[in-house]
Amino acid sequence: MSPKPKVAVYKFSSCDGCQLQLLNLEDELIELAGAIDIAFFLEARRQVEPGPYAVGIVEGSVTTPEEAERIQYIRRDCKFLLTIGTCATAGGVQALRNFADVQEYARAVYPHPEYLNTLATSTAISAHVKVDLELWGCPVNKYQLLEVICALLQQRRPALPQYSVCLECKRRSTTCVAVAQGIPCLGPITRAGCGAICPAYGRGCYGCFGPLPTADPFAFVPVLRSHERFPGEGIRLLRTISGAAPAFEKAAKLIAFEETRHA
Amino acid sequence: MPETIHVPALARVEGEGALYIGVKDGSVKEIRVDIYEPPRFFEGFLRGRFLQDVPDITARICGICPVAYQMSSVRALEAALNVQVTPRVRLLRNLFYCGEWIESHVLHIFMLQGPDLTGHESALSLAQVAPDVVKDALRMKKIGNQILRVIGGRSVHPVNACVGGWYRWPEAAELRALLPELEWGLERACAAVGWAKDLPFPQLDIDYEFMAMHRKDEYAILDGDILSSLNGVIDVEDFGQQYLEKHMRHSNALHSYNLEGKPYLVGPLARLNLNHEYLGERAALALKQSGIRLPLRNPYKSLLARAIETVEVFERAIHLIGRYVPKGPSAEQLVLRPGHGAAATEAPRGLLYHRYNLDADGLVEQAKIVPPTAQNLARMEADLWQLAPQLLALPHDEATLTAEHLLRAYDPCISCATHFVKLKVYDAEG
Repeated sequence: MSPKPKVAVYKFSSCDGCQLQLLNLEDELIELAGAIDIAFFLEARRQVEPGPYAVGIVEGSVTTPEEAERIQYIRRDCKFLLTIGTCATAGGVQALRNFADVQEYARAVYPHPEYLNTLATSTAISAHVKVDLELWGCPVNKYQLLEVICALLQQRRPALPQYSVCLECKRRSTTCVAVAQGIPCLGPITRAGCGAICPAYGRGCYGCFGPLPTADPFAFVPVLRSHERFPGEGIRLLRTISGAAPAFEKAAKLIAFEETRHA
Repeated sequence: MPETIHVPALARVEGEGALYIGVKDGSVKEIRVDIYEPPRFFEGFLRGRFLQDVPDITARICGICPVAYQMSSVRALEAALNVQVTPRVRLLRNLFYCGEWIESHVLHIFMLQGPDLTGHESALSLAQVAPDVVKDALRMKKIGNQILRVIGGRSVHPVNACVGGWYRWPEAAELRALLPELEWGLERACAAVGWAKDLPFPQLDIDYEFMAMHRKDEYAILDGDILSSLNGVIDVEDFGQQYLEKHMRHSNALHSYNLEGKPYLVGPLARLNLNHEYLGERAALALKQSGIRLPLRNPYKSLLARAIETVEVFERAIHLIGRYVPKGPSAEQLVLRPGHGAAATEAPRGLLYHRYNLDADGLVEQAKIVPPTAQNLARMEADLWQLAPQLLALPHDEATLTAEHLLRAYDPCISCATHFVKLKVYDAEG
């Protein structure tokens, strides 16, 4: 038996960007390939080694009946299941369908929507099977991904930030775009990990790393609303990339509820 | 080898897939590049979004070419608002695009298609016998990603592009710091052309209709006219109407055909054949020294076109950084008005068309996106038909690999068009 742990990389409904982050580890990739046995990774290699695998890395969300079935087999094949990216952890950008009529979408996009086979919602992998660790981000930060793989190899807990994007702004010495310029920003309730790039480029955070585990929509919504530059901006910001993540969904519903009350 | 070809999962493409070549009684009966896109309905959920959300959302169609989606989006939306961006904004967009071409082309040449031509199953196995080739490829790819990171904050789904220009000018010093690596990359890219031209490409000669963006002053990437080798210049507004998409049952992607119902080709071969006169100095020299005769009509040799183009974008990136001056407003002020606009740009895989209708508040009423891989799908199947007689003469494993290789040579981005090419096992009864 191979002494190196066998790793499999799977793709569900997604853009490929998170698994690409593995190949974007340009300085570390060859060494990494020496430390683990990349047994199944279709984007990178033709050779496939059969399972079971020590670690399964899953990108993408569940949007079709076939995907809902396939994840069950994958769970059985993998001792440790790691989901990467906002699609896999919260349904991703395609979970915007969860707030609309998917049939109408299909008619808008495809001339013969009856040919399509799709589910009404886009859901996280954890809605279907037990997940051992979720790594957020759209895309995931490649160094966080490397940290998780190293931690698994060393049988320790990965060091992942449990604070918000605001702290990353402070570290970068970025002036707060919300306070100084009144730009709506999801930073206070969004998980750190991107390096607070949006405020550094003069714009508000759109929450692509998903909500902070301790996010409080009740406290945040009044702040967000006070920065809205046009009606509905807050809801749209919440429903960009991680709209189906529970804390963001709740915040958007709170705003919608307040608007109906004032209407 | 009169046997049906099964490729249960196509490897080394963006997305997962399969290929079906049904053989019965010693002849090929059916060929399908069978893509099951779990549909993600981008055109559906773009409706009702504010125009500045569009480049952030469309980027998520593809993790390998998000810049292409951002650039086609912002240009189409600017057309709808009748906004002209400044030459400084355009220069930086051009440079941004060079970064994506470097990253994507190098990935494809060395890690996706290259292994087919060097007898390896992956770049990882190639690295065991030729570690320097793979290390250099990774270093080149990294340079492209660094351009994207400096300009856009990160390489996958960068955050700086907006309708009208940029949220912020990146620091000139940070871009200039990349010049030594870019110079190295340019030399290495020239050497790669020399290496690539002698690779053992399978033979295939196809009479294509080539389609690409076209300019008279540079090798078109970001903007220009749409040029067809059969029909000349096509207005970008007419393109969507003339080159319609058909929706076929075995695939969740839309297929494109020209007016006569024939498939056409977009991507590196089309670009090089139509626009080689406008290559920069080093790329033109690399093309000349390689002895490559144009027009290139062998789809496997798309890799050569990509290699030439890699020289082009390294060279162009160096020039553009030298001319970059971050002065004045980084974005135009937008005046909202109802209207519609279309634009195309050259994604690494070929022409990417976007069209939007906006209402008076800047909300999207309708969106249409035609990715390059969707346009090439019908062409891939037609190429496989032409390859079929050769396949029948080969041992089964070799035939399978040769057919797979043809699809990989297209660098299909199945996430863009779709994402599951799933093989259906041929049933002898039907």
